[in-house]
Amino acid sequence: MKRSNKPIFWSLFGAGGMLAALIGPMLVFMTGLAIPGGFLLPPEAMSYERVLALARHPLGKFALLAIIALFLFHAMHRLYHSLHDLGIEVGPGRRALFHGLAGAGTLAAAALLLVIGT
Amino acid sequence: MTAERTITIECLRYNPETNAEPSYVVYRVPFTDDMSVLEGLQHIKDALDGSLTFRWSCRMAICGSCGMMLNGVPALSCSTFLRDYYPDGLRVEPLTHFPIVRDLVIDQTDFLRKLESVSPQLAPAQPKTIAEGPYRQTPAQMDAYYQYAQCINCLLCYAACPQYGLNSAFTGPAALALLHRYNADSRDDATAERMDVVNADVGVWGCTLVGYCSEVCPKGVDPARAINQNKINSTKDYFLHLLTPRKG
Amino acid sequence: MAYLHTHVRPMQGWWRRNPFYRRYMLREVTALFVAAYAVELLVGLVRLAQGRAAYEAWRAALATPPALAFHALTLAAFLYHAWTWLEVMPKTMPFVTVRDHRVSDRAIVVAGVTASVIASIALFVAVRLVIAP
Repeated sequence: MKRSNKPIFWSLFGAGGMLAALIGPMLVFMTGLAIPGGFLLPPEAMSYERVLALARHPLGKFALLAIIALFLFHAMHRLYHSLHDLGIEVGPGRRALFHGLAGAGTLAAAALLLVIGT
Repeated sequence: MTAERTITIECLRYNPETNAEPSYVVYRVPFTDDMSVLEGLQHIKDALDGSLTFRWSCRMAICGSCGMMLNGVPALSCSTFLRDYYPDGLRVEPLTHFPIVRDLVIDQTDFLRKLESVSPQLAPAQPKTIAEGPYRQTPAQMDAYYQYAQCINCLLCYAACPQYGLNSAFTGPAALALLHRYNADSRDDATAERMDVVNADVGVWGCTLVGYCSEVCPKGVDPARAINQNKINSTKDYFLHLLTPRKG
Repeated sequence: MAYLHTHVRPMQGWWRRNPFYRRYMLREVTALFVAAYAVELLVGLVRLAQGRAAYEAWRAALATPPALAFHALTLAAFLYHAWTWLEVMPKTMPFVTVRDHRVSDRAIVVAGVTASVIASIALFVAVRLVIAP
């Protein structure tokens, strides 16, 4: 039987899923509810200055890139399989599209973080 | 003395020689609290409709013959009880994801092929003769594979597995659990030979961890675990192969 | 052995037939929200790169009722993802034995949930500390 290439994408899926399980809810809570709503944290926590400082810091860049990339690879892998579960035909072309989108998002994030500078 | 009650059992009927499609027939079966669904079916066959066809043997969850869908849930008919379906009654169908041969009997040929494909026998590095005495194992070594060895090939896990239903090329829960049973046995040395089956798209990578297989298994085999921990092994094998290619 | 006309049943709608399958599909669908959130962060980065005005407009949009409602839904999806992920984690690991006793699945799940809670609190505290005047 032919060896599957799934291990690469499964590893990315697993890393993204674990990251999402560990800090995903808190990230969404803070950035989507608490800070914009001014509840438990002030709205200024996401001011232009603060977020720019985060995106310019090497650790901040690493964190943002890791979160975006791993969440995308996790989601695309899972959604690709969900299409199969729903009975929609998903050949190697569509698989490449899904993972390609995750790759494109990763590259875009990396490029933006470069442009934002230090 | 408890009064005898009656329960409705609706059975899927299909005769390939006379039917184009399956249909359902309702039987009213008198039952007592100690009667299994299997005994209910036996009553139908003995007293109501001798043409009803189904598999059974041991009546005690060890032979794996009597697997069926009971109200849409894969179960052993010998180990489920009519009293638990009273008063609503129950619907009995053959195991899903397998072709129906007749009535409640399915075609297991595909599973038998899958079973053969995983080399389900011990292959010691240095086989011992009888004169040399038995293979020895510590309790810990036995614990590593014991639960996977409890499989009775009842196929409830295949009926539970939607990935097998969507693609019958998938090796499937029981076969992969048995593959792991031999890999995990300290007396066996054929793990490398079995990696082809593990690594394939229809090997462990056909599984999306729905987990229903482990939920319905009557023997606590936990095929979901057997398959998914081998995803790690397959990944290690993949990267090892990438870094140290053996063939040109 | 050749059988006469075996009947093959269709798979359409398979996931609607059983609560276990429905929960599985719900679990898989949380990926839509994980993807949406990642894209949102990406858009935020774009706005950040475009300068103060663009970024502040994006930030203001986050505070509108529809955005807050969407994030409440996204939070629910992430929580369901986290719970189902950790619940299933023992199945992906080989047996762990500690002094001749096998560590139970329940213990592994508890460890995972604890790690998630600690990581979440640490993240929150870190943000609070960083923004403190």
